[in-house]
Amino acid sequence: MGCAVILFPVLPILFIFLFFLQNNSIKTSKYNFFTFLPLNLFEQFQRIANAYFLFLLILQLIPQISSLAWFTTVVPLVLVLAVSGVKDAIDDFNRHKSDKHVNNRPVQVLINGMLKDEKWMNVQVGDIIKLENNNFVTADLLLLSSSEPHSLTYIETAELDGETNLKVKQALTVTAELGEDLQKLTEFNGEVKCEAPNNKLDKFTGTLTLRGEKYALDNEKMLLRGCTIRNTEWCFGLVIYAGPDTKLMQNSGKTTFKRTSIDRLMNVLVLVIFAFLALMCLILAIGNGIWEYDKGYYFQVYLPWAEGVNSASYSGFLMFWSYVIILNTVVPISLYVSVEIIRLGNSFYIDWDRKMYYPLNDTPAQARTTTLNEELGQIKYIFSDKTGTLTQNIMCFNKCSINGKSYGDVYDMSGQRIEINEKVDFSYNQLADPKFAFYDHSLVEAVKLSDVPTHRFFRLLSLCHTVMPEEKKEGNLVYQAQSPDEGALVTAARNFGFVFRARTPETITIVEMGETKIYKLLAILDFNNVRKRMSVIVRSPEGDLTLYCKGADTILYELLHSSCDTLKEETTEHLNEFAGEGLRTLVVAYKNLDEDYFQEWIRRHHEASTALEGREDKLSELYEEIEKDLMLLGATAIEDKLQDGVPQTIETLAKANIKIWVLTGDKQETAMNIGYSCNLLNDDMEDVFIIEGSTSDDVLNELRKKMKPDSFLDSDEINIQFEKSSKKPKIIPDEQANGVYGLVITGHSLAYALEGNLELELVRTACLCKVVICCRVTPLQKAQVVELVKKYKKAVTLAIGDGANDVSMIKTAHIGVGISGQEGMQAVLSSDFSFAQFRYLQRLLLVHGRWSYIRMCKFLKYFFYKNFAFTLVHFWYGFFSGFSAQTVYDEWFITLYNLVYTSLPVLGMSLFDQDVDDRWSMLFPQLYVPGQQNLYFNKTVFVKCMLQGIYSSLILFFIPYGAMYNTMRSDGKAIADYQSFALMAQTCLLIVVSVQIGLDTSYWTVVNQFFIWGSLSVYFAITFTMYSDGMYLIFTASFPFIGTARNTLSQPNVWLAIFLSITLCVLPVVGFRFLKAQLKPTPSDKIPSWQYEKAKKRPPPPSPKRRLRRTSTRRSGYAFSHQHGFGALIMSGRNMRPKSPFATTGTFSPNSDKHKHKGL
Amino acid sequence: MYYGLSNFYQNHRRYVKSRDDSQLNGDNSSLLNPSKECEPYRINEDKPIAPCGAIANSMFNDTLELYRIDNDTRIPITLIKKGIAWWTDKNVKFRNPTGDGNNLTALFQGTTKPVNWPKPVYMLDSEPDNNGFINEDFIVWMRTAALPTFRKLYRLIERKNNLQPTLQAGKYSLDIAYNYPVHSFDGRKRMILSTISWMGGKNPFLGIAYITVGSICFFLGVVLLIIHHKYGNRNTSADIPN
Repeated sequence: MGCAVILFPVLPILFIFLFFLQNNSIKTSKYNFFTFLPLNLFEQFQRIANAYFLFLLILQLIPQISSLAWFTTVVPLVLVLAVSGVKDAIDDFNRHKSDKHVNNRPVQVLINGMLKDEKWMNVQVGDIIKLENNNFVTADLLLLSSSEPHSLTYIETAELDGETNLKVKQALTVTAELGEDLQKLTEFNGEVKCEAPNNKLDKFTGTLTLRGEKYALDNEKMLLRGCTIRNTEWCFGLVIYAGPDTKLMQNSGKTTFKRTSIDRLMNVLVLVIFAFLALMCLILAIGNGIWEYDKGYYFQVYLPWAEGVNSASYSGFLMFWSYVIILNTVVPISLYVSVEIIRLGNSFYIDWDRKMYYPLNDTPAQARTTTLNEELGQIKYIFSDKTGTLTQNIMCFNKCSINGKSYGDVYDMSGQRIEINEKVDFSYNQLADPKFAFYDHSLVEAVKLSDVPTHRFFRLLSLCHTVMPEEKKEGNLVYQAQSPDEGALVTAARNFGFVFRARTPETITIVEMGETKIYKLLAILDFNNVRKRMSVIVRSPEGDLTLYCKGADTILYELLHSSCDTLKEETTEHLNEFAGEGLRTLVVAYKNLDEDYFQEWIRRHHEASTALEGREDKLSELYEEIEKDLMLLGATAIEDKLQDGVPQTIETLAKANIKIWVLTGDKQETAMNIGYSCNLLNDDMEDVFIIEGSTSDDVLNELRKKMKPDSFLDSDEINIQFEKSSKKPKIIPDEQANGVYGLVITGHSLAYALEGNLELELVRTACLCKVVICCRVTPLQKAQVVELVKKYKKAVTLAIGDGANDVSMIKTAHIGVGISGQEGMQAVLSSDFSFAQFRYLQRLLLVHGRWSYIRMCKFLKYFFYKNFAFTLVHFWYGFFSGFSAQTVYDEWFITLYNLVYTSLPVLGMSLFDQDVDDRWSMLFPQLYVPGQQNLYFNKTVFVKCMLQGIYSSLILFFIPYGAMYNTMRSDGKAIADYQSFALMAQTCLLIVVSVQIGLDTSYWTVVNQFFIWGSLSVYFAITFTMYSDGMYLIFTASFPFIGTARNTLSQPNVWLAIFLSITLCVLPVVGFRFLKAQLKPTPSDKIPSWQYEKAKKRPPPPSPKRRLRRTSTRRSGYAFSHQHGFGALIMSGRNMRPKSPFATTGTFSPNSDKHKHKGL
Repeated sequence: MYYGLSNFYQNHRRYVKSRDDSQLNGDNSSLLNPSKECEPYRINEDKPIAPCGAIANSMFNDTLELYRIDNDTRIPITLIKKGIAWWTDKNVKFRNPTGDGNNLTALFQGTTKPVNWPKPVYMLDSEPDNNGFINEDFIVWMRTAALPTFRKLYRLIERKNNLQPTLQAGKYSLDIAYNYPVHSFDGRKRMILSTISWMGGKNPFLGIAYITVGSICFFLGVVLLIIHHKYGNRNTSADIPN
């Protein structure tokens, strides 16, 4: 139906004929009080294991089949359901709480001409609401009016798309007139037609019909839920979409359920076990058929066939199901619950890890998804965002070169560079920004000495920009810069005594070394991607006309006057040095203008800017004409500050054989620059391929030529393999490159490379490279790249990012990590794990991930082992009990075995075990590799567990069998009876599995000891209690094993048999492990010897943080912004405030006066 | 003195559960209304069977008597029939029904004997403390064997003093009153005389197993020691990564 027509007759007539009326409450919770039980049970029984147990329960209710008492299944099932149910209930309760919190936020709603405080959830479509500065936008609103001139409204969309720069929204003129006149707003009566709710954040179409006239509505007039109002005192908006219809809610909610590879493997294994179970049951059923035919038939003298059974084959059929019940414990019901508990526990470790807590903004690490932990130990590819993840998105004026002299580094007497020293004292400057730090005192001296070029340099920085100042309190200046680089430059100038204080469309007010000066702003020659520079033309109070220009060195060097050639050389040297340190450089120059020439130029400029055709071309011609023969002033170097420890983290992760791909929306130069500064790319690489072809063929050629040209011939085996099976998804095997390469690919080349047949080439080439950097990619492409690797590589991927543009990739990757603590929360909300700093990633992966993985693998190995050992004894007993589905153990033991006797020790192991401690895991990243290769738990390992379990079950049956056969107690009384045998077998089993867990545990804690010894004691305690006289007299039918414990466990030969079976079960395991450690040691086996060696050598002190130095001459351009500058807005005065309250100038432009009236 | 049966599946699931512990514990309501588990030996001729179930029904009822032949005179060996069951079984698990008086015949009123039995349960023995459900032969039989070949304690032959062997060398004769048919299912009956030690009856299994396992352990230890010496120090320092 395309476009639903929603009509909104607005207040005061409360006659609303809405298509549907949506209020603003949101609901993310699943259950309420009444629906919880049925819904939750329904969901739980969708799990195959739970459904299976329900099926078993039904089987047990059939008397002919029932081989076990009902409680053996019901007790575990109820317990499991209860544990999961409680967990779900708590989760849902938290969701209810957060829903309630959001729904109860206050907002001012216009009701009957009055502003009333309402809760968010009571806001309805069609309401008019008032928002104030720093408020969250309540719903998707149509902006009606605001406090700012032209009813502009500034919003921050960090939560929506992760961009922290402010965006401007502007209301329609007709609605802007309403101002804050409540009466008029109340009488406002219009009709809005708009498209149906959708999730497109950047698109909105609709019309407003007001007094018979139609006005088009677009995204520029919409305030979306999730944004924050900034720099705007108030604004009014009309609710268009509310609650779940808002674009924010439409975008969220569709979280894909992630499962780990172990989960998938587990499901396969459970099916394998089912098959195995069916096979065993079949064998036993056939056995029963034969037995009944051969022996049971004749044994009917003493044991007649059950009622209704009239042939051996029918008895066999019934026995099949009986054995299904008895052997059900090979598919342990507690498996899934235990796995959940282990993951939850390991998630808590992440939450509690103090080493991943960032004190500066009080952000602990958070495991938002508690079901993915062990996958953290298997990561092979990391996809990282750049801005805000690798970098802090803070630009720092770090160094500069003025008139051939470089400032920024501090040298001691002997000319050596000093690393740390005190900051420059800017106290002479009242307006200095206290956060600004600079270390070179000579520059301040130069400023104080009124060095002319230095002054000119800073004057330029304070004049040539498009920053908007904001001065809420006297002296407390805040700059709103379009790009952080500009902000950094202006802030630097401010601190050195050239304070940019205020601007009007025609003037710029500068406080120059304490003296207020007003420059006339005559023209802004704005930045764009081709020009890569910007200029301003100003008239100083003294009347001098000057053009100030800043821009990329490559461009600006062409425009310099020949007289500055020597300076150019010196500056170039400095530039290379700056670039070598990974700084972003920029060259600044000026030119004094001739009055007559300028008048003539400005006339032509005016003509050009009003021209109807080819305006852009004419303007840029004019710009080029005036921007030449410039005088070089110097260069600036801005540090794009990396987050702490990024290069070290990347180095460590690389050692752990993890490949890092950087996906950034930034420009190629910037991206590569960051690549170098955080050690991703370096000059040791054979080559860094740059792919920037703009057609599909170009990209193909570039991809092919650059990497292993021969690998793309038809004779290449992988190609052949892919030709053959072109249909089903394929896995590309890992290939080894003949060197270390880097790959840089730009967004539009990537678009081609992601198309059909090129995908493969891209993956192969990219995976051969050590590092891949994709720049200028869209959020969608980020997700596509991740998808690509997921599709062709059998590897676990992790995406890390901080902004909303990373959301898609975070959701696509196996594991999404969000950087929290920044303003935008979108990435964190859709992530699985979050923490404040990129460097915590190494701890998350190398320590927590590895441990979780090892623990999970050990757990699964042990769990399958103990259940096989437990269950298969029944299988062997079948051969001696006429295949009658007689259990070996007491029914109570069967009930409690998985739940009580063995659950805690294995949980203890899988919560506390570690093969090496965190320090060593970080020191030896190569310990991570086995996880990536999935070595600790896979099908082979499972088969081994199974074989070990079968072996143990054989021992556990035949040793008691041998020991009991035809034997007697020391007083001649019975001991070879069924009950004694059962007790002996189950005691053997329990001790054997306890010893086994002791062997598996490599890190002993008090809790482990307590659990293991505790479980054993509990076993004996429970056994003696259940087999006591009292219990028998109270519940005669339930505890028939009375006295067995006393009469049996007092016998020496029983204990000798137990000891023998322990020895036999453990011996091969110990022997095998010893052999393996001797002959094929794994990295973690080697750790002790490494530790020993290291201790001998004494570990070297942590190498001091070296400044990364490169000799290369790569240089990044100036990162203005991808868009056009604010220049036009400034010149037109559109975004000017009527009056800066503390402006030092008394002259207002006529423009701003006009706005003043309008605004009020 | 034991009797042994082989090919007798006392551990069959249906057999094992075919009893009513409440009834055997002297519960009066179970006496008259035995558990369903006892089917088909629950009710006979409209009367509840006491003791019910297949185990009780199939109780071994041959009688064995041992004589020493000394100069053609048969001297009966004293066979003690008490003290052959577990104390817990005799005193806790098995109890006769309670009621007025000690007359078992009256207490078992309203029940009938198991189908295969020649006489009712209250006529198993003459001594009142070995009669009814607490008859020790019955208790021993009710403690079902774990394996299809089993032996059960039948009688005790007490050692008189340490100087004389319990059964001196000589000719003995065994009288068997043959009541218990086993031919139909190819069963075998045995009579075993066994002296018991602190380890219980004679069973060489554990001894042999210990010797075998001990040797294996020793052998393995030696082999592993050699391997350790040959390869063990290979990985100490060679490949320390930085």
